[in-house]
Amino acid sequence: MKKSALPDPFEQARLEKGVGHMDDQNDPVTMVLGLKDVRKCAHKWQTFQSGAKPGRIVVPSEVAIRETRQIPFEVDPPEHKGFRDLLDPWFKRPLEPEYQDKLATIIHAVVEEALNADEVEVVEEFSLRLQSRALTLLLNIPYEEAQTWISWGTHVFRSEGESLDGDKAAILYDYIDAQIDKAAENPGDDLYSVLLNSEVNGKKLSKEEVKGVMILTFAGGRDTVINAVTNSVAYFAEHPESLQRIHDEPEIVNTAVEELIRYFAPLTHMGRVATEDTAVCEHAVKADTRISLCWASANRDEKTFPNPNEVVLDRKVNPHVSFGFGTHNCLGATHARQIMHTLVKTLAEKVKSIEIVDHQDNVEVLGEFNRKVGFHALNVKFTAK
Amino acid sequence: MAKITFITIENEEITVEGDSGNVMELAVANNVAGIDGDCGGVCSCATCHVHVDPAHVAKTGEASEIEQDMLELDDNANEYSRLCCQIQVSEQLDGVILRVAGDE
Ligand code: FES
Repeated sequence: MKKSALPDPFEQARLEKGVGHMDDQNDPVTMVLGLKDVRKCAHKWQTFQSGAKPGRIVVPSEVAIRETRQIPFEVDPPEHKGFRDLLDPWFKRPLEPEYQDKLATIIHAVVEEALNADEVEVVEEFSLRLQSRALTLLLNIPYEEAQTWISWGTHVFRSEGESLDGDKAAILYDYIDAQIDKAAENPGDDLYSVLLNSEVNGKKLSKEEVKGVMILTFAGGRDTVINAVTNSVAYFAEHPESLQRIHDEPEIVNTAVEELIRYFAPLTHMGRVATEDTAVCEHAVKADTRISLCWASANRDEKTFPNPNEVVLDRKVNPHVSFGFGTHNCLGATHARQIMHTLVKTLAEKVKSIEIVDHQDNVEVLGEFNRKVGFHALNVKFTAK
Repeated sequence: MAKITFITIENEEITVEGDSGNVMELAVANNVAGIDGDCGGVCSCATCHVHVDPAHVAKTGEASEIEQDMLELDDNANEYSRLCCQIQVSEQLDGVILRVAGDE
């Protein structure tokens, strides 16, 4: 099997039962596997809530290490709408040409650095740098700030594997507290200041609410973007003809990006808490237990996607759920898509070949399933055109 | 060339002309408010939702099954709903009127 392949461990369970089960720190999870079921459950926010105890809808659960509610993702309608209305325009700025130019400059530089080095460890030296530097644009703060986030390494929110690490999470939380205080004293045109001066649902955001938005902005777009970027590099290393094709047919960049995002599903799943006794494809779900919406499985649903386990760069109809579905769909999707578009175009333009020297898979253990989501390490050599 | 008229949530009327690509691309290129086209037209985001004027349904034809599955869970969907990235621009569309569905 190719090193860049991400196999689908859910197929049999999806076909036979429609659900899977995993234990997560004694708070079990029923995993919803089929595309239609995942969408239906994502849509029914009254039954499957996001506004549960902070940290509980994340799998593995973070209830033991945080109390701050992440916003808007751990808030249900109707309050949710006020927050989204405030945040959506800001998070759509990546559609502006000026933003796109700045992002292209950042990504060109990261690719140039890689082309000039003998060998690159993609996760730390390519993806983390790219993600951190791009995040300065989304927050609208100076580029130099990225150095601090890069110095944290890739695992600031949790230790290797599944174990949660409160001390590590505290680095981020303390940092954000300090940045909020700084912005309160000295307002500018960065996201912290904008939020501190905003009203939602008729009242000013509290510092705790601002912190909730900022934690989500840091955490939600970190591992996911790193996985998408690293997996793309691995894919192009093993499929040089794809990179050539995108170079020759630039009109397929959009379908190629959406397809890579479908296939990689950088976030495997996201939980919800049942507010009443209910069922998912005839399997009982008790009130106050958790389900997860398994995006990775839904994206391989053979009922909707022909050849689901193949990367088809010009797949035209591609109703994937890598950015979630419904009310809580990904706030950072526009930024993430813009990163991927720019990256894929830049690689197609500048890179002749990529050779994988060494790799270490990142495999998630989810009860009965083992899912490869990306790499802990990936050493490659880039060759310029 | 086909003339296509969009009516936004604000009741603004925008008539544009096109002869290739899909209707979402045309709407985005002409800044039709409420048509975002986040996924670039692969039927994954539903930010290109329109209601076809009932008198013009024959021009656009019916939604595919995959498109219907997306629309089924949209609170704002009705029998005239389409994801306009799934409608190709052609002569046949000439004169069509599409209302932006919005997200509520
Ligand atoms: S543009 Fe995304 S579904 Fe039409």
